[in-house]
Amino acid sequence: MKHGFLTICAAATALLAAGVVQAGTLDTVKARGKLVCGVSLATPGFAAPDDKGRMQGFDADVCRSVAAAVFGDGDKIEFVPTNINTRFQALQSGEIDMLSRQTTQTFSREASLGLDFGPTVFYDGQGLMVAKSLGVSSAKELTDAAICTLPGTTTAQNLSDFFRTIGGKFELVVFESPDENRAAFFAGRCEAISSDRSDLASIRAVANNPDDYIVLPETISKEPLAPAVRQNDSNWRDIMSWSVWLLMAAEEKGITQANVDEMLKSQDPDIQRMLGVTDELGAMLGLDNKWGYNIIKAVGNYGEIFERNVGEKTRLGLTRGPNAQWNAGGLVYAPPFR
Amino acid sequence: MNILNDMRFRALCYQIGAIGLVAAAAWTMFATASDNLAKQNIATGFGFLARQAGFVISETAIAYQPTDSIARAIFVGIVNTVKVSLLAAILGTILGLFVGVARMSRNPLLTRLALAYVEVLRNVPLLLYLFLWYSLIILVFPPVKQALNILPGVYLSNSGLVLPAVFVENGAVLLALFVCAGVAAAILIRRIGQQRRIATGKSNHGMAIAALALLLPPLLLWMLGLVSFGWDIPQAGRFRLTGGLHVRPEFVALLFGLLLSVSASVAEIVRAGIQAIGPGQWEAAAALGLHRSRVMRLVVLPQALRLIIPPLTNTYLTVFKNSSLAIAIGYPDLVMVSNTVMNQTGQAIETIAIFMGVYLGLSIAISLAMNWYNARVALRVR
Repeated sequence: MKHGFLTICAAATALLAAGVVQAGTLDTVKARGKLVCGVSLATPGFAAPDDKGRMQGFDADVCRSVAAAVFGDGDKIEFVPTNINTRFQALQSGEIDMLSRQTTQTFSREASLGLDFGPTVFYDGQGLMVAKSLGVSSAKELTDAAICTLPGTTTAQNLSDFFRTIGGKFELVVFESPDENRAAFFAGRCEAISSDRSDLASIRAVANNPDDYIVLPETISKEPLAPAVRQNDSNWRDIMSWSVWLLMAAEEKGITQANVDEMLKSQDPDIQRMLGVTDELGAMLGLDNKWGYNIIKAVGNYGEIFERNVGEKTRLGLTRGPNAQWNAGGLVYAPPFR
Repeated sequence: MNILNDMRFRALCYQIGAIGLVAAAAWTMFATASDNLAKQNIATGFGFLARQAGFVISETAIAYQPTDSIARAIFVGIVNTVKVSLLAAILGTILGLFVGVARMSRNPLLTRLALAYVEVLRNVPLLLYLFLWYSLIILVFPPVKQALNILPGVYLSNSGLVLPAVFVENGAVLLALFVCAGVAAAILIRRIGQQRRIATGKSNHGMAIAALALLLPPLLLWMLGLVSFGWDIPQAGRFRLTGGLHVRPEFVALLFGLLLSVSASVAEIVRAGIQAIGPGQWEAAAALGLHRSRVMRLVVLPQALRLIIPPLTNTYLTVFKNSSLAIAIGYPDLVMVSNTVMNQTGQAIETIAIFMGVYLGLSIAISLAMNWYNARVALRVR
């Protein structure tokens, strides 16, 4: 009986410990047959299900590109909506394979949260939006105003830093739910609402009359949004990073979802390597050699993803700005494929 | 006799076994968690508490700036939680007492009204009420630019109520001393008056003298000019009112939601307590010629109190824990501050441990205080 108890204890301990033993993420994902990707709860333009229940958005397409690289099929994927407070835990615990959720890359997150960020997929910055009737043209005039934000993100800290630099004070009103946050702002509880500029665009899009609101010119923080994976798995991190860079390089080389089949016959050695016509780049990452072709076939290039989800023809109506290619005055720059 | 057949010995063994099992499980969980965190290069420990918080908290009962430590920010959250739950518990109990007594009234309209009040309040989740109260405040009252000026210096808008604030300019310590002395004297005088009334059977002016003892010393200080007061009058800034005392809508909505839910529970507890007192008590008191309201106040309620206290403890614990719903409507309580901290430091386990510890500690304190009070009022078997 005594031994029985000890055996049970030992078994329980072993069971708990077994969950931690980490195989390579690529092997785990392949064995499972699908990629599990953490995205936002419901943010139009970044990750939100459409009327057919299919997840649409910029972040969702970044996930699909990785799924396409691994499986040759962008739909072998499961989207897990993650809460802003528990998103990193979901990744750390292995519940998701990758996090693509409008997450800002910062020093302390990378250094202390046990994760590695990939390339910046979206250069964002925190801004402030006010009603036009307020007659304010600069964030510096907002001393003593009340500002609505969401909790926990870097938003509150950036505002606090900004007002400390200009020597002013403000009243912070923090809401857990994005709906309450928007409603309070539209009802006039706060003079201004603060969030990433991309997010302000989607808040403005749902106002009764979007033209009544303006986003102030100041960008009070740098918010490079990047996908992330668990630390200490360089192979998996390489797969994520180079999938994203392939999207960017494809735009630069003019490869689109529509012309990718013709591009297989291209004489450009760069394109040949990217699409797996020559060399064996895919095999170096443990992927199929057609991985690049598969990505573009599944989601299109970076520019196509941008225009489809957040571009000027969408409700968000964002211009490329810093997210244009490096040779078009932007910051999007992929390292060479060779 | 074989010791294994001894009932007491076996019971002891089972208990030790159970405790050992729980301790082993807890230790295993702790060890596995810290091991995993170390493997994943995630920072652990409570060192982050000393770091600069860096975020603003709008509602602070104690002095706080973004440059203060995270520990201080969490403490501000604790104070906010205690403030709102304490107020809700006190006001809710008073309101609930009236509703509970109204439930027992002989006026059918009043009884039905009280019944409707209780049923409507306790059968809808508190969270929905919080959303309702908050939305009402935000949508019914005008924006701060068109604030209603109800009285000179008093403004009402959807950013809350702004009042002129009184502050003590000098002589604060002296005033505090005199007020304390006044309170002590008033209690003493009242007790002496009461004892004398019981001894002689004649009414006296004990209450009036006690009130004088309470008010006179501070008044004297003020007239002698040893204490002076200043006014902080709200002024219209570019966007909102500055200065004065601000009562924010988030606080009001939360307080309102909590106190109404407390009052509904208290009303039912009070009703049950009153109904548990035998009709003989009512009849005996009526036979002495006491009016119905006096019977309630002097005979029934004091006896009902004994039955009311234990379930009341439960209600107080609930309101205290329910205050964490504050996060839904933007009141910076312990949970909201902790969430911000958690996101900035990424140390979720430690932060959650802190706020669970705080809730547990304060809940136990409430239980102990109520148990002590219960022991005082409980029937003593002689």
